[in-house]
Amino acid sequence: MSAVRERPRTDPVPRPEIERTPIDVRHIGQIERPLSGIERVWNVQIVRNLTVLVMFVVIWEAYTRIADIPPLLFPSFTDTCVAIVDAFRDHRMLAKISFTLTSLLTGYAVGLVAAAVLVSAASIWRVWADILTTATAMFNPLPSIALLPLAMLWFGLGTFSLVFILVHSVVWAVALNAYVGFQGVSPTQRMIGHNYGLRGVMFAIKILIPAALATVLSGMKIGWAFAWRTMIGAELVFGATARGGGLGWHIFENSELLNIRQVFAGLFMIILIGVLVEYAIFRTVELRTVRRWGMQR
Amino acid sequence: MAASAAAAAIEAPIPEGAPILEVQGVTLQYKTREHLITATYRVDFSVYPADRFVLLGPSGCGKSTLLKGVAGFMKPVEGEMRLKGRRIAAPGPDRVMVFQEFDQLLPWKTVRQNITFALRNGGRCSRESDADEIAMSYIRKVKLGGFENTYPHMLSGGMKQRVAIARGMAMEPDILLMDEPFASLDALTRRQMQEELLGLWEETRFTVLFVTHSIEEALLVGSRILVLSPHPGQVKAELNANQHSHANVGSAEFTALQTRIHDMLFADRVLEDETVRRGS
Repeated sequence: MSAVRERPRTDPVPRPEIERTPIDVRHIGQIERPLSGIERVWNVQIVRNLTVLVMFVVIWEAYTRIADIPPLLFPSFTDTCVAIVDAFRDHRMLAKISFTLTSLLTGYAVGLVAAAVLVSAASIWRVWADILTTATAMFNPLPSIALLPLAMLWFGLGTFSLVFILVHSVVWAVALNAYVGFQGVSPTQRMIGHNYGLRGVMFAIKILIPAALATVLSGMKIGWAFAWRTMIGAELVFGATARGGGLGWHIFENSELLNIRQVFAGLFMIILIGVLVEYAIFRTVELRTVRRWGMQR
Repeated sequence: MAASAAAAAIEAPIPEGAPILEVQGVTLQYKTREHLITATYRVDFSVYPADRFVLLGPSGCGKSTLLKGVAGFMKPVEGEMRLKGRRIAAPGPDRVMVFQEFDQLLPWKTVRQNITFALRNGGRCSRESDADEIAMSYIRKVKLGGFENTYPHMLSGGMKQRVAIARGMAMEPDILLMDEPFASLDALTRRQMQEELLGLWEETRFTVLFVTHSIEEALLVGSRILVLSPHPGQVKAELNANQHSHANVGSAEFTALQTRIHDMLFADRVLEDETVRRGS
């Protein structure tokens, strides 16, 4: 009839009351124990990451040796290391890296400044917020490489074209993340800022940016990754610009010559720089800011 | 700008026996996505120096909105609010707010930096060393000595609220605005914090406007209680509660006042229920 089942009405069982005196702490033994050396070393993030890295290298080396892959197609780790040394000696690797990094950093820096201006405007005037969100929706999915032919037509075969498309690849990702981060800043913290007399730019610098730093940083990371892809992609597709080639050009040139070891060397350098930037810069900044402040774990 | 306003306030002391805060016929409205909500309707009250003035009412009576109005975060659509005779138009460091939320402490600043940040930006100190000194003395006042270099996420809820109170008091505002500051604390910590707040008041005799929905807390903390009816908030009564403290909780007098306020607030509920029943 009814889905609700009748439960028998029981009273709680009457029991005597209990009172105890806690025994002396000295009799309990271990209450706090320092972690062992191994446990502590394993708790260091970099140690765990390095272990993973070493594992990859071992698998790579073992695979190429056991399966007896021709080095022309898939050089081993040791071959690649030798190739990298060769690259620095015979292939002007340092100059190539510095060319790539210079263009990359210029584009990235200009992109960050542009994003900062856009987001500041968007958080002050509503029209700019609309412009920013619409522009982001339009341009974020547009690959920068697709703009390179146009950029070269307009600005010629130079660094300027590269910087132009790099800025395009950075600005939208960074601006979008920062803007979303700013919108997520708690109303309480906003009121605290206003209560103590902060307005306009000082409010953004002292409240919005630190409060949204986790998202701002993640936007900067995404922007950095986009910039790298754009940079290498541009060099691969269009070869060296008038002033000389970078890492992408190194890969392209050597693949044309079927010098696969040098292709690997180029790829390996890109990975190495990426890992270095991730750990030496982004991770360090995170450790000293958002993690230290308990805003990210 | 804020600093000069605060300085002007210090230069012009209010006359003896005059209220520090006057709220006259204040109607506050705010918009949600679908509704325009009238939070308070023509509320009047005056706060005098060294008052522990409590705004008491059930949720939806607009007491927090009223506090935000006094803080300058909302403009009244009708009536006006004056602090020391000057009309309240914008937020400023002469009225410091202490919130219920734990994130009112800036997580990127240590306990001490949270206080010096307020002192420096609020225009109370221009030198970092002065700000440091004041901050440390208030940190000791709220019994957090030794925690000055700790980041807020390492602190317990009660400790966070202590820092927020220290920050508010360090500013030495004309009036301290507290928006249910102990509501998210556990009962034991809450009681301890109420006693500590009263201890601090005993020491420095600041003026505080305190919002709560707990009748007991209103009686314990307040020297005068403004009882508000719900939705929209209107003044039901203004009562004296100076004689009550933790010492006489449960006494006949205490319970009588508690019941009186309870009935005042509960009367609305009954009426509302009846109209609903008649309507249906």
